[in-house]
Amino acid sequence: MKRLLKGRLSFIFLFAMLTLILSGCGEPFLSTLQPAGEVARTQYDLMLLSVVIMVGVIIVVTAIFLIVLFKFRRKDESIPKQVEGSHKLEIIWTVIPILLLLVLAVPTVKATFDLADVSPMEETNEDGKTDVTTVNVRANLYWWEFEYPNEEIITSQELVVPTDERVYFNLIASDVKHSFWIPAVGGKMDTNTDNVNKFWLSFDGDKAGEMEDNIFYGKCAELCGPSHALMDFKVRAIPRDQFDQWVGNMQSVTEPVAAESATAQQGQEIFNNSCIGCHAVTPANTTPEAARMAPNLTNFGDREHIIGYLENNEENIKKWLNDPESLKPGNKMTDTYGDLSDEEIDALTQYLTGLKVQD
Amino acid sequence: MSTLAQKKGFGATIWDYLTTVDHKKIAILYLIAGGFFFLVGGLEAMFIRVQLAVPNNDFVSAGLYNEILTMHGTTMIFLAAMPLVFAFMNAIMPLQIGARDVAFPFLNSLGFWLFFFGGVFLNLSWFLGGAPDAGWTSYASLSLASEGHGIDFYVLGLQISGAGTLIGGINFLVTIINMRAPGMTYMRMPMFTWATFVTSALILFAFPPLTIGLFLMLFDRMFGANFFDPTMGGNTIIWEHFFWIFGHPEVYILILPAFGIFSEIFAIFSRKRLFGYSSMVFATVLIGFLGFMVWAHHMFTTGMGPIANAIFAVATMAIAVPTGIKIFNWLFTMWGGSIQFTTPMMYAVAFIPSFTMGGVTGVMLASAAQDYQYHDSYFVVAHFHYVIVGGVVFALLAGTHLYWPKMFGTMLNEKMGKWTFWLFLIGFHLTFFIQHFLGLWGMPRRIFTFNEGQGLDAANAVSTVGAFFMAVSTIILLINIIMTSIKNEKVGSDPWGDGRTLEWAIPSPPPFYNFKQLPLVRGLDALWIEKMEGKKGMTPAEPLGDIHMPNNSIIPFVMSSGLFVAAFGAMYHADEGNTWGIPVLIIGLLITLGSMLVRSVKDDHGYHIHKEELVDDDDKGVKA
Repeated sequence: MKRLLKGRLSFIFLFAMLTLILSGCGEPFLSTLQPAGEVARTQYDLMLLSVVIMVGVIIVVTAIFLIVLFKFRRKDESIPKQVEGSHKLEIIWTVIPILLLLVLAVPTVKATFDLADVSPMEETNEDGKTDVTTVNVRANLYWWEFEYPNEEIITSQELVVPTDERVYFNLIASDVKHSFWIPAVGGKMDTNTDNVNKFWLSFDGDKAGEMEDNIFYGKCAELCGPSHALMDFKVRAIPRDQFDQWVGNMQSVTEPVAAESATAQQGQEIFNNSCIGCHAVTPANTTPEAARMAPNLTNFGDREHIIGYLENNEENIKKWLNDPESLKPGNKMTDTYGDLSDEEIDALTQYLTGLKVQD
Repeated sequence: MSTLAQKKGFGATIWDYLTTVDHKKIAILYLIAGGFFFLVGGLEAMFIRVQLAVPNNDFVSAGLYNEILTMHGTTMIFLAAMPLVFAFMNAIMPLQIGARDVAFPFLNSLGFWLFFFGGVFLNLSWFLGGAPDAGWTSYASLSLASEGHGIDFYVLGLQISGAGTLIGGINFLVTIINMRAPGMTYMRMPMFTWATFVTSALILFAFPPLTIGLFLMLFDRMFGANFFDPTMGGNTIIWEHFFWIFGHPEVYILILPAFGIFSEIFAIFSRKRLFGYSSMVFATVLIGFLGFMVWAHHMFTTGMGPIANAIFAVATMAIAVPTGIKIFNWLFTMWGGSIQFTTPMMYAVAFIPSFTMGGVTGVMLASAAQDYQYHDSYFVVAHFHYVIVGGVVFALLAGTHLYWPKMFGTMLNEKMGKWTFWLFLIGFHLTFFIQHFLGLWGMPRRIFTFNEGQGLDAANAVSTVGAFFMAVSTIILLINIIMTSIKNEKVGSDPWGDGRTLEWAIPSPPPFYNFKQLPLVRGLDALWIEKMEGKKGMTPAEPLGDIHMPNNSIIPFVMSSGLFVAAFGAMYHADEGNTWGIPVLIIGLLITLGSMLVRSVKDDHGYHIHKEELVDDDDKGVKA
C-alpha cells in the first residue's frame, strides 16, 4: 500500500513536471526563459549549462538514493557491518564536484565581466556626450524617470530604446533603494541611494517585433514600500530609425503643447494650476533632479500604460485622478491637490490623453 | 532543594520553570517558545499565500502585507528556527558528551529569557501601532524611511534576543571544550555535538556584526545619528554588508545543527556507523569557515563590480563541495545498512532529495551573471525555502519525533507522525517547487499582489494549495503532541532500540543530574560499542560521589525584563513631546544592572546531592 502510494506520488510529480515543461516558459514579454536580448541570452545559456550539470548531479544522487531505499530496508534483526568510510569514494565525490564547478565557474566569471563592461559609456566626445545610447534611470517611490543625456530629453514610466544595439544605463534612486529589472531582456541592477550603478542591456529587434506594441515589462525588484508590487514600468523597444524619429518628436516639444478642444483647454488650465508644480509636460532635462518630483508627462497620451501597470484608457485615468491611493497605496501624489469635481476630472483626462508626440 | 522527583502544584511548576537553570528544562522552554513562534510565523505565511492565491487580491492591504512578510521572515528565522535548534542543542548536546549540565547554567537561563523577551517585544508591535515593514533584511534606506515604530521594534527586539543567542553560543562552546566525559575526545564526539560546536563558533563570530548593525540603526532611528543617511555622509550599503556578514553565517547556524540531527538519525535507523565520520567533521568545519567568506553573494546586484562579484561567486560555489561530501556520506551510511522507516527516518530520507534541490539552485544563484536574473525574484524565495524548510524544518520535525521520548519520556504517535510527514512533504513541494518557475517567469519577491495576464495566476494558486497541506500537517502534529502528553506512556532509556550515543544510555527523561556517575567513553558511538559487547549500559568512569549542582535563580528573568522595559523607553523617547521615555529607559537599565550587581556580590555556591540520596535513587543514572 505504501509503495503503491509512493508510486502514485512520483507519477503525479512526473506529470506535473511534464505539464510545466510543455506549458512553462512564461509570457514572452516578462519571462527570463524567453530571452530577448544579449544579456538575457547570456544568462539563459548559463542557466542551461548549470541545469545540465545539476541534473547530472541529481541523477547520480537519485540513483544511489533509490537503490538504498529499496535494497537496504530492514528485513531481519541482524546487525549490518559497521563501515568507517572509504578513501577512494570520498576522493571521488570531492574531486568530481570540483571539476563540475570549474566547468560552471569559468563561463560565470567571463560573463560577469562581460556584463559589467560599460567602457563605451565612459568615453565622452568633445560635447561631453557619449557615442552610445545612454539612459539615466532614476527610481522614485513608485515611478521611474528615464533621462537621455545625449538627446537632452526626459520621459518616464515607459522607457523607449533602440533595438539591436547596446543601451547603457546609469541607475540611481532618489528616495529609497529600488531595483531595475526587465526580465525578458536581462538581469537586474539595484538603484542605490548612495551611488550611480552602471550596466548595459540590448534589446533583440525580432523578439521585440513579436511583442504587442513592441512592449516588454519592467519591474522594481527591491522591496521599497507598500506599492513595491505596483512599481512596474514598460519598455518600448523600436528599430533605430523609429527611435531617432521619436527622439526628434520629443525634442520638438519646447513649449507645453496647447490643448485643442474646449474641454481639454479647461483641463490644461486645471493642470497648470494644480499639477505642473510636480509634473512637467516638456521633455527638456534642464530642471534639476530635485525639482522633478513626479513623472514627466510630455508623451503621456502615447504610452500604452498609466502609472506603470494599468492600461492607458480614460476610465483608468479618471480612477487614478479621483483616488490615487486606491491604485498605488503610499504614493506621493495623494493629497497634493484639492478635490476635483467629476467635470474637472473629465477635462483633465481629455487634456492628458492629448499629450502626444506621435500620431 | 535536593529532593528528587516530586509532584508539584501548578504555581510551583511555573516558578520552577521561571527560575530553572537545568539545561533540559531550558530546552523545553526553548521548544515551547520556539514552537509558539513557529505557529505565529506559519499563520503569517498562510496570510501571504492566501493574499497571493489569485491576482489583484485584497485579502490584506499593501502596507499590512509588508508587515506580514517582514514578520514572517523575522519570526521564522530568529524566533522559531533558532530557538528550536537551541532546544535540541540544550536538550541533547550535554547528554551526548556525558556532562551533567552546560558550563554556565545561569547564563543558559539568561540566554533563554533574553531571547524570549526580545521575541515578545518584537511581536508586541502588532498591537502597538504596526509591525516592521522593511523585510527581515531591513535594508537601510527603506527602514529609515519607514514611519511609525515598526522598525524600532525590529531593532530593539532583535538586539535583545540576539544577545541571548550570543550568550547561548558561548556557553555551548565552553561546555563542549571543557565538559566532555572521560574518553570523549573531539574525534569521538557525536555528529550533532560537532554541529553544535561549529554552530556555536559561527554564532560567536556572526552575531557581533548584527549587533553593531542594529546599534547603528538604533542610533539613526532613535537618537538622531546618520550612519545610513547618504545625504549626511552615511552609506546604506554598509548596512547590507553588516547584515549579510551576519546573515549568511546565520543560514549555516541553522543548517549545521540540522545536518547534525540527520547524521544521528541516519546512523540510528540504518543501524550503521556514520559513513566517513572524519570527513563529515571536516566538511562541517569547512562549511562553517567558508560561510564567512561568501556574504556578498546576497549583494551581486548592489553594484560591487565584476571583480568582487566574480570572487564571491567562485567562493560560494566552493561550499557545494563539502555539502556534496555530506550528502554522499549520508547515502553511504544507509548503503549496506538495515533501514527502519520510523518517522524521524522518513524526514531524513526526504531531506536528501529536497535539500539537494535547494543545493543545486544554490549553485545556480552563486553564478553571479545568472544571479542577476534570479536575485530578488521568486526563484530565490523557492531556493531558500528548499534549504530552510527542506533542511532545517525537516530536521526540527525529525528531531521533535526522535528526541521527544528523551525530553518527555513518552513517544509521539508514529501513525500520526507519518501523516504529518506525508502531508508536510507533499505540501512543501507543492508550495515551493513551482515558485522557482514563478521567479523565472518574472515575478519579483515581496510583492503584495500581481496583475492578471502575466502568466503568474495558475502557479500562484498551486502554491497556495500546497501551503494548506503544510498547515493541516502542523495541526496533526499538535494533536499528536496533545494526545501523547495526555496518554503519557512511559518509555525506557533507549526507546528506538538502536541508540548509539550517550543520551540513550540514561533514563527518559534523564534525572536532573543526568549521569549518576560520568560514563567512560571508549570510542565513537559510545553506547553502541558497549551494546555490541553485550553490556547493558556504560561503564562508569568514576566512583559514586557527591554531585555539585547549581541553584535555581530568578535573576536571569529579572535581568532580561529590565532590557524589555528599557527598550520601550528608548523607542518612545524620540516621539514628539515624550517625557517618560528617558526615565523608563534608565529604570529598565537599572533593573538589569541592579540584577547584575546582585548576581556579582551574592555568592551562590550551589548545592550537593549526596551519595546516599543517589544510592536510594537506584533506577536512575548510569547503570554500573
